[in-house]
Amino acid sequence: MSSERLVVIVAVVAFSVMAAPARAATIQIVMENLVIAPAEASAKVGDTIEWTNKDIVAHTATADNGDFDVMLQPHKTGAFVLKKAGTVQYYCRFHPNMKATLKIDQ
Amino acid sequence: MLVRLSAAIAAMMFLNGAALAQGAKPTDPQIAHIAYTAGVIDIAAAKQALTKASNKDVKAFAEDMVRDHEAVNKQALDLVKKLNVTPQDNDTSKALTKQAADKRAELDKLSGAAFDKAYVANEVAYHKQVNSALETQLIPSSNNAELKSLLQTGLKIFQGHQQHAEHVAAELK
Repeated sequence: MSSERLVVIVAVVAFSVMAAPARAATIQIVMENLVIAPAEASAKVGDTIEWTNKDIVAHTATADNGDFDVMLQPHKTGAFVLKKAGTVQYYCRFHPNMKATLKIDQ
Repeated sequence: MLVRLSAAIAAMMFLNGAALAQGAKPTDPQIAHIAYTAGVIDIAAAKQALTKASNKDVKAFAEDMVRDHEAVNKQALDLVKKLNVTPQDNDTSKALTKQAADKRAELDKLSGAAFDKAYVANEVAYHKQVNSALETQLIPSSNNAELKSLLQTGLKIFQGHQQHAEHVAAELK
């Protein structure tokens, strides 16, 4: 490998590491034994929320304000990319006592 | 009514341990049968509600019961197959089935809001009864670790159903 190419690679890597904090993150939320954890999560617009259903029954992640309604089959994951800032309460349509909150910053 | 009441009391006594205590603890094949039967009963109740209920929250609740109890019973069947256990019919399963058949006949005579209320009230009572039996009898008596674990998972799900039913019942008032 030429030293010139190595410099380019190092530069690219350095740039992507530096750029990383500004890039969208994926936030993991787990549904297990009919409990959503964490019950309150913080995120930014552009971040992806990924819910994992560890139960043997199906769940949903359904926003009170109608922004999202993600179906989560048993032992499957589902995701949603946040588009708007604000505090969003969501719940499972099949088990309405499962509730949680997303705090979404701009 | 007296007969029905005494049947219901008998069923509760069975579940509360009176009958089980006589013959000592239920065996794993009996526990599997009781748990599966309890699910079948709630699916039958929900299917009746899906044809008779008028309130949309009651219908949605009934759909939830079919979806969840079918999922749990599928796990139960997979487990007994894996463990090579044949679920064994027993007095508790028989009493539960009899109690449920009587209840369905009673509910069948109702319609509209009266049906909705009676169905949901029974769902609250039924889940309480089954959850209490799971907690105090079936889970402590089960020997196989996988069976115990499935019953514990079931209990969490059915406690959720009880809360959901209580919520729907409160909304109907």
